[in-house]
Amino acid sequence: MKSAQQIALDVQSGASSALRELDASLAVIHARNDELNVFLYVDEEGARAAAAEIDDKIARGVSVGPLAGVPIAIKDNMCQVGIPTTCSSRILEGWRPPYSATVITRLMAAGAVPVGKTNLDEFAMGSSTENSAFGPTRNPLDPSRVPGGSSGGSAAAVAADMTPVALGSDTGGSIRQPAALCGLIGVKPSYGLVSRYGLIAFASSLDQIGPFSKTVMDSAILLETIAGHDPMDSTSLPEPAPSLSAHVEDGVVGKQIALVRELIDGADPDVVASVTRAVEVLKDAGATIIELSIPELRLGLSAYYLIAPAEASSNLARYDGVRFGLRVDGEDVEAMNTATRTAGFGAEVKRRIMLGTYALSAGYFDAYYGQALKVRTQMIDAFRRAYAQADLLIGATAPSVAFPFGSKTSNPMAMYLSDVFTIPTNLAGEAAISVPFGTGEAGLPTGVQLLGPGRSEAQLFAAARVLEREERGS
Amino acid sequence: MTSLLRREDVAHVAKLARLSLSEEELELYTEQLGQILEHANDMSTLQLDDVAPTAHPFGLINVVRDDIVRPSLSRDVVLAMAPDAEDGRFAVPRIMGEAP
Repeated sequence: MKSAQQIALDVQSGASSALRELDASLAVIHARNDELNVFLYVDEEGARAAAAEIDDKIARGVSVGPLAGVPIAIKDNMCQVGIPTTCSSRILEGWRPPYSATVITRLMAAGAVPVGKTNLDEFAMGSSTENSAFGPTRNPLDPSRVPGGSSGGSAAAVAADMTPVALGSDTGGSIRQPAALCGLIGVKPSYGLVSRYGLIAFASSLDQIGPFSKTVMDSAILLETIAGHDPMDSTSLPEPAPSLSAHVEDGVVGKQIALVRELIDGADPDVVASVTRAVEVLKDAGATIIELSIPELRLGLSAYYLIAPAEASSNLARYDGVRFGLRVDGEDVEAMNTATRTAGFGAEVKRRIMLGTYALSAGYFDAYYGQALKVRTQMIDAFRRAYAQADLLIGATAPSVAFPFGSKTSNPMAMYLSDVFTIPTNLAGEAAISVPFGTGEAGLPTGVQLLGPGRSEAQLFAAARVLEREERGS
Repeated sequence: MTSLLRREDVAHVAKLARLSLSEEELELYTEQLGQILEHANDMSTLQLDDVAPTAHPFGLINVVRDDIVRPSLSRDVVLAMAPDAEDGRFAVPRIMGEAP
């Protein structure tokens, strides 16, 4: 499939049209969606109207944006006005939001054509997309395996060539881990770089929207389109979007890159081998490589699995059967609330709500949630010390390649360990990118993770591009 | 910190979270939540009395805007999403018991 950049160039030049590119995208969706369960909803009518509008503007000589005519898939936890938005949960089934997320508004202003909403682990809680109320998504590279999660549908859409790019959200690795398992670029931007207005909240201090793509350049273009201050999100950074696509070819000459022991410990040997080879490639391209140990990273998983559920238990209190979404009747209001939530939430969501409620409850608050917040401070300090010695860090994205369905569903801790290398970045509010590099078991792709401090996206794209050039030869 | 999560604790937390659990679910969640909390115990031995907590990566305190009226969703649009509405308000089952 053509890159998003190429599609926009072709549409702008008249070599193609937005409608023709949309038809190509819809043809693949129609051919493979039943098998892979990627899209929960395809907005064919809305997409055709948006594409026709782009073509009409071009015919009239009106300028169109950098994503003109680019079909894009949207994770179904972002609101798009009038389009069913479920979070893959029964509790929101049939709900149509009355407004659009800022990212959707910005994408459409840049000429992109949203084609539909993709499957996820319910409320973005999971690492395999097996927690969806609407069935799991299959990995297009091997349909007997998971695509990763929670943004598994968006990753699969791009991996299956249904769309050249997609948006996901990353609270503990939910963009980077499926990107690694599906052989894609996936970016978790610095906290606050992208507005969360219209992103249905899971853990508000950790959630961040970011891109999936097959090329580094496409993710850079997508991210600079959706980034920048938004007055509707009080946590959005008070500054305009950075220029990113202009820095993709900057290279790594003179950069210090640290291989971090804790970001490969416990990974499968084939994953470690890919990281080791990536380090050699970056070294050959002019980077100076050092090795670091950051023991604080080992505590990330424990802190995350108290902080994220605590925030989730609070955010998900709004699903009470009163204002929107599902209602199951009860004889009084409390019985109605309980019946609604019991019927509407799946097992993993209930597990995390209860874990968070427990961590925040009287008598346990200091020991669990309070202690986790202090560990979070330690993690931020540890990263700061590391970035005093190195511009970027490198490690694995996920401990293994894509795993078979059902292999981790009976043991929550085993599933949570899929995110052990990605979680620290979210806790620190920093940036990271997963780059497909090398292969492992069964010829499936392995992901290499590059991490940087807040606002380091340009450097991350430049380093990722060095690895991409090695893999693709161009 | 203790990893001894009891069935009563899970039942209490479920009630606080407005979830109703079957006996089998209570059993399963007691075991699974206990395992997760046991993993979290690796933080309990840390001496962190002098460390300040971080609830937010930027340490934001207050973000204010000018007090200007802006358009927002209309009441009709919002109430149209509700499972039940009456006289311009959300409608819910009764909250108070019968009068004696």
